[in-house]
Amino acid sequence: MTREPRQAFTLPPERVTLGARLGHFFYMIYAGLMSVIGWVAEPLQRWVSMKNMAYFFVLPNLIIFGVFVLFPMLLNIYYAFTGGTALFPQDRPFVGGQNFQQIFSCTNFLDPNSCREDRFWRGLYNTVFYVIFQVGGMVALSMLTAVVLNRSIRGRGFFRSVFFYPVLLSPVVIALIWKWILQRDGLLNALLVTLGMERVVFFLNANWAVFWVIFISIWAQMGFYTLILLAGLQSIPHDMYEAADMDGASRLQSFRGITLPLLMPTLLVVLVLSVIRAVQVFDQVWVLTGGGPGTATVYVVQYIYETAFANQIQQFGLASAASVILGLILLVLTLFQLRLGRQSDIA
Amino acid sequence: MAGVGEFLIRSRGRGRFDWSDIFTYLYLLLGTLIMFLPVLWLVLSSFKTQAGLLRFPPDLLPYDQRTVSVEGYDKPLPLYDVTMPDGTVRQLAQVRRVGLEGQMVDPAAPGEVIKVGIGDRTEVRELRLAWENYTDPLERFNFLVYLRNSIVVTVAATIITLLINSMAGFALAKYQFRGSDVIFVIIISTLMIPISVILVPVFLVITGIGWNNNLLGVIIPGAATPTGVFLLRQYMLTIPDELLDSARIDGASEWRVYWQLVMPLSAPALAVLAIFSVMWRWNDFLWPLIVLSRSELFTLQVGLASFQGELNTQWHYVLAMTVMTLLPITLVFALLQRFITTGIATTGMK
Repeated sequence: MTREPRQAFTLPPERVTLGARLGHFFYMIYAGLMSVIGWVAEPLQRWVSMKNMAYFFVLPNLIIFGVFVLFPMLLNIYYAFTGGTALFPQDRPFVGGQNFQQIFSCTNFLDPNSCREDRFWRGLYNTVFYVIFQVGGMVALSMLTAVVLNRSIRGRGFFRSVFFYPVLLSPVVIALIWKWILQRDGLLNALLVTLGMERVVFFLNANWAVFWVIFISIWAQMGFYTLILLAGLQSIPHDMYEAADMDGASRLQSFRGITLPLLMPTLLVVLVLSVIRAVQVFDQVWVLTGGGPGTATVYVVQYIYETAFANQIQQFGLASAASVILGLILLVLTLFQLRLGRQSDIA
Repeated sequence: MAGVGEFLIRSRGRGRFDWSDIFTYLYLLLGTLIMFLPVLWLVLSSFKTQAGLLRFPPDLLPYDQRTVSVEGYDKPLPLYDVTMPDGTVRQLAQVRRVGLEGQMVDPAAPGEVIKVGIGDRTEVRELRLAWENYTDPLERFNFLVYLRNSIVVTVAATIITLLINSMAGFALAKYQFRGSDVIFVIIISTLMIPISVILVPVFLVITGIGWNNNLLGVIIPGAATPTGVFLLRQYMLTIPDELLDSARIDGASEWRVYWQLVMPLSAPALAVLAIFSVMWRWNDFLWPLIVLSRSELFTLQVGLASFQGELNTQWHYVLAMTVMTLLPITLVFALLQRFITTGIATTGMK
């Protein structure tokens, strides 16, 4: 990261703008807060050595991290081997691998109907399908958009913001926006009727529901990945294209010969981030379809949520077992992609 | 027109205009439509009355039937264009409807009641924004409470996130201490662990502390984000150590070095983290859904989701509340969009 030399920030005395006043106001609050913490931190430094102040700096983060991330991670594994409906671990009987046995009791793993926990397997297969098509479609579209935005076009900043805007919206808001458009008397059906076609009740048809779930999540997320890819494209030196142009390379050739290989590291980051995000698909779909019609849009995280919190009987052990499996899948995916990244570095 | 033509034909400075330029602008145009139209449609729809929302095919703009107050009647009466038996068209107000017949009066001469078949009348409609969609929920539902909860969570969580992550980032970037490598590796390795994988045990910890149905239970757990530590550490590595040493020689304590020197110099990275944090917290759904079960503690997102379940037929309220939920983040984006898009592009992190 290169940084420009900073200039001292001084205000001409005759023009004190509202922004500067506000900035000053917030700085005073910041300085006040920091001075208060300083009353503890500065005597502390006289006590411990300067070097040991590092522990003071990491401690707050480490405590929260330990209590709310690290400890739960270990506890989760223990939970997966306990049964019953009690929440606290001391009240939960140890049942060994029973939860995993229950999940894996299938006569045919490819047919969720033959499984005891058929909803988990449906969720798993739906998630796999979703990951493949959502990530595939989104990376391709983000790439196309980034390439288009990287051309010398008018209003690049505007278009960049347009594609990015949905990224800021919450899953609930996104689900409601599209639910409104896709409903029986909605905008899209009005368009279909005007064009002389039949009205479709999209969320009563499994294929349509799956299609829209994937389409909407691409709509909502692609701006983020477009931005990252665009930054990657802009870091490719322009003279390489000029050199290729002079050698008589076509645009497609220079895309394949220059753009793709140099963009590979960025593309991998995008792939890792989007796959990990896609595996966790839940909230948007939950508001949009509730998992329906039938079980067409039930995903693994929804199964975990329902098993632990939404069902009449709260099966925390089963939910933990399912999330251990989900965690393992994420781990394998991450390691696989890291390996892929290393290979492409060597190549 | 010449200007538009010139604008369209302008290309990469070589004066050559080819298929790829046409494709580029067509793509961007289509993209803009698909990206913006849904939100625009939401905003337009949110200003329609309940009756207006039921029309199919829907109107583009929020129309409402015009009403007039007529002498002798308490409520304003809906206005219709009526085709009279002799072929003339008159504007009449409807008093009541009986079966297939409407009893109408002329607003100018309200004495005489005229009976009209409902097939002979059409509504007189005017453009009107139904602001009551926005004001009613404020009185009838807990909307303001949800708004306050969301603001409290977002602001408090962002301040705590910035403080503790910058402290940790500072320690990991600027000190050599026993365990620093281990801490860094552990934090990085959890970058990929989403909260959905540890839902049950985090819920247990929250219950154990007694933060169930407490906004603290929503604010604190996500505050120590590995992303934040990583981002700030990487940025603080670029601050030269000599600068810190010279401040120390001048007698500054470590705490002052941190808040008066390192923090202002890390402003760009802090700003990116602040934007992320606001976005995450404002939009967070799954975690508040689990921690909060009393409706007076709901955040906007949870409240909105429960509304759309309860008010299934009252889309006019749901739409207006959706607009109010997306408004704050849209305003922030409109003000800071250039900064946000370049900031995220350069840090390339999530």
